[in-house]
Amino acid sequence: MTSSTPSWGRRRFVQGLALGGAALGLGLSPRQLLARQGQTGAAELNGTDFRLTLDSAPVNLTGRRRPATLVNGSLPAPTLRWREGDTVTLTVTNRLPETSSIHWHGLLLPFQMDGVPGLSFDGIAPGETFTYRFPVKQNGTYWYHSHSGFQEQSGLYGAIVIDPAEPEPHPVDRDYVMVLSDWSDESPDHIYATLKKLSHYYNFNERTVFDTLRDFREKGVAQTLKDRRMWNTMRMSQSDLADVTGYTYTYLLNGHAPNGNWTGLFQPGERVRLRFINASAMTFFDIRIPGLDMTVVAMDGQPVKPVRFHECRLGVAETLDVIVTPEKKQAFTVFAQSIDRSGFARGTLTPDPALRAEVPAMDKPPLLGHTEMGMGAMAGMDHGDMNHRDMNHDDMNHGSMSHDTMGHDDMDHGTSHGAAHDPVPLATVAGNPDLAPRHSATEHLDSEYGPGVDMRAPAPAAMLDDPGIGLRERDWKVLTYADLETAGGAPDSPHPDREIVLHLTGNMDRYMWSFNGIKFADAVPLQLHHGERVRITLVNDTMMTHPIHLHGLWSDLELGEGRLLRKHTLTVKPGEKLSYLVRADALGRWAYHCHLLYHMQAGMFREVRVVEAAAPDHGDPHHGHQHGGHHS
Amino acid sequence: MNTKALTPALAVAGLALWSGAHGMAMQEPAFSRVIIDELEARDADEGTLAVWEASAWYGGDIDKLYLSTEGERLMDQGGHTESFETRLAWSHAFAPFWDWQLGARRDWQPDDPNRDWASVGVQGIAPYRFETDVNLFIGEEGLTQLRLETEYELLFTQKLILVPTLEMNLAGKADDALNTGAGLMDLEAGLRLRYEIRREFAPYIGVNWERRFGDTASRTRDAGGEVEETTLVAGVRIWF
Repeated sequence: MTSSTPSWGRRRFVQGLALGGAALGLGLSPRQLLARQGQTGAAELNGTDFRLTLDSAPVNLTGRRRPATLVNGSLPAPTLRWREGDTVTLTVTNRLPETSSIHWHGLLLPFQMDGVPGLSFDGIAPGETFTYRFPVKQNGTYWYHSHSGFQEQSGLYGAIVIDPAEPEPHPVDRDYVMVLSDWSDESPDHIYATLKKLSHYYNFNERTVFDTLRDFREKGVAQTLKDRRMWNTMRMSQSDLADVTGYTYTYLLNGHAPNGNWTGLFQPGERVRLRFINASAMTFFDIRIPGLDMTVVAMDGQPVKPVRFHECRLGVAETLDVIVTPEKKQAFTVFAQSIDRSGFARGTLTPDPALRAEVPAMDKPPLLGHTEMGMGAMAGMDHGDMNHRDMNHDDMNHGSMSHDTMGHDDMDHGTSHGAAHDPVPLATVAGNPDLAPRHSATEHLDSEYGPGVDMRAPAPAAMLDDPGIGLRERDWKVLTYADLETAGGAPDSPHPDREIVLHLTGNMDRYMWSFNGIKFADAVPLQLHHGERVRITLVNDTMMTHPIHLHGLWSDLELGEGRLLRKHTLTVKPGEKLSYLVRADALGRWAYHCHLLYHMQAGMFREVRVVEAAAPDHGDPHHGHQHGGHHS
Repeated sequence: MNTKALTPALAVAGLALWSGAHGMAMQEPAFSRVIIDELEARDADEGTLAVWEASAWYGGDIDKLYLSTEGERLMDQGGHTESFETRLAWSHAFAPFWDWQLGARRDWQPDDPNRDWASVGVQGIAPYRFETDVNLFIGEEGLTQLRLETEYELLFTQKLILVPTLEMNLAGKADDALNTGAGLMDLEAGLRLRYEIRREFAPYIGVNWERRFGDTASRTRDAGGEVEETTLVAGVRIWF
């Protein structure tokens, strides 16, 4: 029934037990098991007071019992259903043998409640209880996860659904949380150590002698050697799409392995809301439901102007709310394949539990190209998907375009060269190497020239309307950021006061990851002044896609012409340059990092401090903002 | 000269490792890897040879303690170790694909005097992904050696991998005690086909060719030895 698996003899990813989520709770009481046989594989908890217990227990997702990190004995953790305007109290007890924490991803709250050990608080020591309490100032789909060690990889994640105070603008008949994640029977520490030893360990899609011979036949020897030359001299792998793959991962939907087939019911004609949450540690998912159009109504919890589409790449930590209206009495497969096509998560929407739909084959894994090398978007692409793009590459090759070079061409496409708008001074701060003087956003700082950085994009480009590698040749609609806009118009001013530029950097071979070539341990906090509006421009100098998450403050992606997309996590493609605006309206110490778990651990992380404008240098963010958190 | 050559190198390596470890806060834990690149039997004229080549490292992203060893032992006629050397070095990343290595090497010679060397080298990945080691050894009594090693991985499938290797040794002057001459001493080329049952465990078969050159070859001939030998090999590559 499940087709797929390309022909080259790599190991098939483990599709797991047919029992799926129900088989998890070995060692749990029947009551706990029963509690988890709800719609999501995790219980839904309602109200304003919650007791969450963090513990370790074995789960069996692949046929082997392996230790997992669980909340109230469940994987995913229970879905928390809140109401906008309430104040919630979450009493979290840590029964793990190590320090733990819960971060409420995408929530606006006092920084002491944000759950990042070392920044918000000390973490929750083994045996201790920490009480989180904060007012819920927003609505939509969010999630929560551990911010300690690799606990997030081993199961400590769950959904948050906040019902709006006002009537829901998109009423539906059914509402499902769709938590996507990646599970490994290996311990996360072992995965990380393995990446440090042999970074391509999990990539079983390297090019072979036979690929070369085929290219010789099809393209000629000279052209093949020419094509390969750059990759060879740069010592880069063209198939390096994911650091950790289906070789070790089993991809889960609501805690169910593909064979577990999570199933959601509907009646034909009903409007069904699917709240996709990418809660994985390392995996980008390409989501589609063959036979059904999806209409996006919110991203990262924030309402967007509805757009109809067929497929979407969801970055780690992003959320996407869609509405589907299946008219026929038939089953549909929810199919989410990993970006490197090494595996997939899968579930079924059906009017009848006995029905199921065909599971599509995975695509052939794509190869990185010149675009991913940062040689200008679509430069050198020979795939014929440029027919609708007639951007001026010359313009795109210069990071700091003026208004004048932004021709009407670009505006006709409704594309997104937002960074070019409203030029403001680049922030420079003496003593902070991230904010050393730059002539332009695309200029590489001296700190990018060292052992920790294996490449620098020569011509990073605006790529908001690029669906990304592997999705450019679809003959159906693939959702991109350029299609989206926050509903109700720009949520805040489109005019920043100054601009902070950060380059995403790394060395795949050494498995080092950083901003501007500087890892967290060697970095200085980025200081924002309370109330200021700052533009952050990210330039991706790596071959990998990075989901960048700023805690506590909204990231308003600049779409061009003053249009904004309000988000908490932004996916930055290889070779891409994008900008977003941040209102520094919450004092305190906030985490800012790549949400690929092992990249964060390796140092692609910063502290952002929002300080009183009067004390720009050593403002103490601790004073006077204690909001109810206490150890007990 | 023996200790004189070694002491400064070891002192520098030790100091660097200490300061490196000292600087490693919680943010950068140390990792380690042991790679037994070659552990094989060779079908040589004189009998079956057991040959090993292994290395290990411990440390962070930039600074590592590096240990390598290689040697040959004749398994027939009661067993006899023909060569055995170890090198300990401080390895420091200085460029995206390159580490320099500063350390010391000792050659244990069962029949001849042992040799100690200070070593200065560069290890890394050259363009086209040639894994490359270059080491300059400075020994006693003005002895010097230069060693160049490179290998390449040619994938037939994701698990069946052909590895050509090349090693070249040059000497600054003759070493009468070991009966080697100045200039190019020897070349060694190998071709090993391994199958990675797991990434960490791969049996292989192959062929190894060695030849001595110049004055070293003449001295070998004069002593009644062979200057060229081609052997079939079978072994296993293991890392963890």
